[in-house]
Amino acid sequence: MKEVRYIKAIADALREEMARDETVFIIGEDVAFPGGSFSATRGLLEEFGERRVKDTPISEAAIVGLALGAATQGLRPVVEIMFMDFLTLAMDQIVNQVAKTRYIFGGQYQLPMVIRTPCGGGLNAGPQHSQCLESWFAHVPGLKVVMPATPYDVKGLLKSAIRDDNPVLFVENKSLYGIQGKIPEEEYLLPIGKADVKRPGKDVTVVATSRMVHQSLAAAGILSQEGIEAEVIDLMTITPLDKETIFKSVEKTSKLVIAHEAVKAFGIGAEIAATVCEEMIDCLDGPILRVGAPYTPVPFNLEKFYLPNAEDVIKAVKQVMEY
Amino acid sequence: MKRDDLLKMFCLMVKIRRVEERLMDLFAQGKIPGFIHVSIGQEAVPVGVCSSLRQDDYISNTHRGHGQALAKGIDLKRFMAEIYGRQDGYCRGKAGSMHIACKEWGVVGSNGVVGGGIPISLGTAFASIYKSEDRVTVCFFGDGATNEGTFHESLNLAALWNLPIVFCCENNGWAEFTPQKVHTKLENLSLRAESYGIPGFTVDGDDVLQVRDEAEKAITRARNGEGPTLLECKTHRWFGHFAGDAQKYRSSKEIEEVRKYDPIRKFQNLLLERKHLHSKDIEELEAKIKSEIDEAVAFAEKSSVPGVERLLEDVYG
Repeated sequence: MKEVRYIKAIADALREEMARDETVFIIGEDVAFPGGSFSATRGLLEEFGERRVKDTPISEAAIVGLALGAATQGLRPVVEIMFMDFLTLAMDQIVNQVAKTRYIFGGQYQLPMVIRTPCGGGLNAGPQHSQCLESWFAHVPGLKVVMPATPYDVKGLLKSAIRDDNPVLFVENKSLYGIQGKIPEEEYLLPIGKADVKRPGKDVTVVATSRMVHQSLAAAGILSQEGIEAEVIDLMTITPLDKETIFKSVEKTSKLVIAHEAVKAFGIGAEIAATVCEEMIDCLDGPILRVGAPYTPVPFNLEKFYLPNAEDVIKAVKQVMEY
Repeated sequence: MKRDDLLKMFCLMVKIRRVEERLMDLFAQGKIPGFIHVSIGQEAVPVGVCSSLRQDDYISNTHRGHGQALAKGIDLKRFMAEIYGRQDGYCRGKAGSMHIACKEWGVVGSNGVVGGGIPISLGTAFASIYKSEDRVTVCFFGDGATNEGTFHESLNLAALWNLPIVFCCENNGWAEFTPQKVHTKLENLSLRAESYGIPGFTVDGDDVLQVRDEAEKAITRARNGEGPTLLECKTHRWFGHFAGDAQKYRSSKEIEEVRKYDPIRKFQNLLLERKHLHSKDIEELEAKIKSEIDEAVAFAEKSSVPGVERLLEDVYG
């Protein structure tokens, strides 16, 4: 095992997949010569050359469209969109074109493309550089949406995303880029569509994504001292959703809290809560609570009032434990 | 050009016209689900352009794309079945008129979003270079699409990366219900090419030989690694935006006058003059085309509507 930072795990995954498969290429703004605005692609231009690592103009729709066209012809583009907020500049291409190409054309094409993009606040980057918008894309049939929380997960999942023959929106978290974690020396893959029980527990299920996985684990540590054992599930993939792992846990604990950094209203927590109510109502002892951001744009300079954290998870768990 | 090649183009133009007329008829009878957008009056553009393309070249085409797909070479029967929404269609009945796609003939997939296909055409062009192939991409779109941001982004990127692509603007003077003078300040859209650093040309889109001439040069340039061209072909749309559109926004005088520019009659007269064609040939040709269309309609009507099991197919693969 070796210890790497999350951003290095991404860079390693990209390097390994590019070395393994000649059809993989990287495209985005500042990805080639500058090595990526977050350094995810540092060194790749030098190693693989201009043909496979491309700097583009600021033209998100053209970048995504080009990737789509190339993917129909057997190439495997890995697109970097610098901030998740900027996916909006490519919405038609992502939603109306990429997501629907395999379906509309009767399966004539597969689309083995990945769009990598960092979400999340914590850097005071303001409302247009901090959003978590995964629920928009989870809502579009045809896309896979993956949200890894640790260096180990991000490497294994990115390699799988690149090998997947479907379009994958790979949502990293910029506040996690610097965190350290242990990963194996040898190659490994993690399956898309499978959630991971990061911490087993018998009293309450906490389903979390991305940065909130770490906040939920911290909350679980504090709760344990008060005699409450929380089971923390890292979703890892938003769509396709791993209902089985969630249901198995709720069956055991009878209580559910969902924690995500995205705005609580209309977030993926709502989908998970509705699904559990539809299919597991007899297992529940009380209401399903969601932890998420308030219904405001991500504020500049007021993030301490905005970003959900371990305290919010603890509060929600204690509320649900009263039932 | 050799007589055979000229006649091939003429036959194709007539075929496209007759297919579109039959589709309007079938649509009026309620036999076709959804909407169709016919290209009657514009036949010279796709035929002129595609006459210089190989089977393995790519086209990106639009909601008004029947002529473009047929000119590229797709099979009429499977095309018809797709319009009908039947499972022997190219897309197993899940695409219909607006999304005809045929991988075998390089029809990557027609687009229902104005300007939506332009960035995608960059990808097939990029793939050609990446794989060291000399396949060219022709991207068709209308005058309306040149005002979408995707047009701007795509022409700049194509020029920058010297992509093997021809951007072909079928300017029929109408963006849905809005005429060009209400949607663009410029008279000749090909002028926009200069701002991207690529050559731009405007031709009479109702003169199939003029279209072919300029398109051939652009396609050759692309194939030789000399980069993209913007080719504007000025043509005329005879009917409404969609079949059933009463065109209340258009003067009846104009609707009548556009028929003066009939590209088929123009070419026919030229071929008759040069004695490449005689009236008997035309009769025979029309009969042959009619029977081909009849056969295609029969094929489509015999093919079954996809069952419910097709609904969930191909979301992922």
